[in-house]
Amino acid sequence: MDRLASKVRGTGGEVPGTGEERFIFRGGKVVSPQTGKVKAWDVKVEAGKVTSVGPRLEPDGCQEIDCRGMHLAPGFIDLHCHLREPGFEDAETIASGTRAALSGGFTRVCPMPNTEPAIDSEALVRFERHRAEEAGYARVHPVGCCTKGRQGKELAEIAAMKAAGAVAVSDDGKWVEDPQVMRRVLEYCNSLDLPVISHCELAGLGPGYANESPVSTRLGINAVPDVAEAAAAARDILLAEFTGARLHVAHVSSARTVDVIRWAKARGASVTAETCPHYFTLTEESLCGFDTSFRVNPPLRSEADRKAVIEAVIDGTIDCIATDHAPHTRQTKEVEFEAAPPGIIGFETAFPLGYAEFVLSGRLTLAQYIGRLTIAPAGIVGLREPKIEVGEEAEFVVLDLAAQWTYSPDLVMSKSLNSPFFERQLFGRVTGGIVAGEHFWLLHPA
Amino acid sequence: MPVSKRTADVRRQKREARLQKSKATRQEPRAKAASPKPIIPPPAPTPKTQNLGPEALPGRQPPAVSRKHLLGIEDLGRKEIEGILDRAETFLAVLKRPIPVVPALRGKTIVNLFFESSTRTSSSFNLAASRLSAQCLSFSAGTSSVKKGETLLDTARNIEAMRVDGLVVRHSVPGAPHFLARRLHCFVVNAGDGCHEHPTQALLDAFTLRQRLGSLDGKKILLVGDIAHSRVARSDILCFSKLGARVALCGPATLIPRGIEDLGCEVFYSLDRVLYEVDVVGMLRVQAERIGSSLFPTVREYRQLYGLTRERLAKLDKSVVITHPGPVNWGVEMDYEVSELPQSLVMNQVTNGVAVRMAVLYLLAGGSEGEVQHG
Repeated sequence: MDRLASKVRGTGGEVPGTGEERFIFRGGKVVSPQTGKVKAWDVKVEAGKVTSVGPRLEPDGCQEIDCRGMHLAPGFIDLHCHLREPGFEDAETIASGTRAALSGGFTRVCPMPNTEPAIDSEALVRFERHRAEEAGYARVHPVGCCTKGRQGKELAEIAAMKAAGAVAVSDDGKWVEDPQVMRRVLEYCNSLDLPVISHCELAGLGPGYANESPVSTRLGINAVPDVAEAAAAARDILLAEFTGARLHVAHVSSARTVDVIRWAKARGASVTAETCPHYFTLTEESLCGFDTSFRVNPPLRSEADRKAVIEAVIDGTIDCIATDHAPHTRQTKEVEFEAAPPGIIGFETAFPLGYAEFVLSGRLTLAQYIGRLTIAPAGIVGLREPKIEVGEEAEFVVLDLAAQWTYSPDLVMSKSLNSPFFERQLFGRVTGGIVAGEHFWLLHPA
Repeated sequence: MPVSKRTADVRRQKREARLQKSKATRQEPRAKAASPKPIIPPPAPTPKTQNLGPEALPGRQPPAVSRKHLLGIEDLGRKEIEGILDRAETFLAVLKRPIPVVPALRGKTIVNLFFESSTRTSSSFNLAASRLSAQCLSFSAGTSSVKKGETLLDTARNIEAMRVDGLVVRHSVPGAPHFLARRLHCFVVNAGDGCHEHPTQALLDAFTLRQRLGSLDGKKILLVGDIAHSRVARSDILCFSKLGARVALCGPATLIPRGIEDLGCEVFYSLDRVLYEVDVVGMLRVQAERIGSSLFPTVREYRQLYGLTRERLAKLDKSVVITHPGPVNWGVEMDYEVSELPQSLVMNQVTNGVAVRMAVLYLLAGGSEGEVQHG
């Protein structure tokens, strides 16, 4: 198996792994999202397992990794990304995407099934996992389709996909418009104890390429109101409540949708939600130059929506942060605004954007913020919680919270370059990490 | 949703308050001194001009337009707009000569890149270029490799590579000319981008009104019809208010886009209530494909509520100036007879369009001052 370190562009700090190495991460602070505590502990890793955690451990012949001034946190889990394979390998492959994920600190990712063909069968789920294992970067936990071919008509073989390793189903990119079909999907998934991830967007209020507002009016862009998201979420929440299924609302972008989810949670519905870094850092004002790097779906919204999303992440109405990493080739984005496909790459900027918005602003503690990237997503799709504890698999990241840096195209590990965050001042950086002891990488030494 | 309901309530209250005001104004229209506030708002404060640099230097003639492209009225300040209009005056005089051609842009090449069908705008630019002695090539999407799947950028880059000085772009997607302007070296004129802007139309509208009214300062201008899908409306609102006019809009609520007031205008839903108050009424084209959709029910009802009909004008005890960017749907937004009234400026707009586009091309292509005087 190829080793990460030999593939990832990096520095002299890379260490190729064989799976049998013994490391000691020395001098860092270990963040535990479970307990909320931050402790100045060393971490010893042997043969892929954490064998010892505590202050001033004996090196005992282990290779020392200098983590002074750094924080160690469990590896992040991304519930929403697009790896484009199969079908769109010129934009991203499972190998390039999972490498970019690791570079951003995501050790496990859940790719959405809107590939070509769509991931709607056991074989395709196995294909994705197999490709990820071959590549050997971040781990892949596929999301299967709700319906065959993502057509919104007939149920896909959800049980078989679950058996093959799918952790959720979604027709992401499209809303399951037919209420009868959605009801059946929810009923079926309830019996399988599998969450349904809904891309909430009422198609009938479109088509639109921006949030309907004074900004879209000024720019003359065909727009869709936030109601399209909130109303779709409301229907799915009520159907989930009715069927007893678990619903996860994808990429929440508006204050109205936040209100709907808050109401649903107060009623005790089993609904969870995610948002993405661009919804708490950018607004529709960015569209003024018609730059297609800002075209996302759901669209960027108003400052009031951005603030509502931030509040919702803080009070837990929105459970977790996902990237919606959506690579697109240059030629598909170098077009007039409405002709560009929606989406931006997001793995490598997610942690610092949220760190500035939530932790540096004093709204969340570091451990709480990391919880929204780790234990919250793990709980939603039923994955093992990542922990830095004795006996656990070694799966953690090294963070340089003092780093101030700017993201630029030459740093991008994804195959695509469609980011709106180039030249933006970022705070905090994932400088390295380890996955199951097989791979250790040190990308951006302080 | 409670929120939207509340918003709707607030809107209704505002509307009612406005109607009350307008009623009051109508009842005592002659009580000038103590008359209640007119229903058309005062002009929005003129945004600061961006290009102040050379003007600050004493004794030097500032260039009227020091920008490279003309993408929208939004980017222009009052001084720049007036500079273009003043320049258009001189070109209008040229157009009245026996030989209406000047060598100002001799040797320059301008390409009309039209991805939407257009008769008058492309002809107007074409004529403007040839009156300035520039060469003008017209490209229309129907006959090009666009049909073979070439992208907009490819098409434009290939034309630019043939060494042209400027592109006049019309495209159905808002921001398409802005996108090209960022990636090309030649100058770009926006000849209409989706529902966004149509700056030369607004300039020629302003030119035509200035010609008739002397100045737009303090004038009340009403735009009527499909505001939502009109790039002319957006550019007109910006242009007229930058020139000191008060702008109001009128049309069915389904065709008034959210937050249009932010551009510096006020919205009314009853034409009869507001028509008697204005100096100018700018009619907008109702596009055939909107009829029968969920936007408005029938032509009949539209005409009754928002058509500039003979009956409606006859009831008016004053004369309003009438404009229309064309082409007119006779009998829908405007009666045929109305266009023949002396206050209709529809044909003047067309003539002035050539002069205004000459001014725009001249200023962007960097024609020299002396050459305008030859002829």
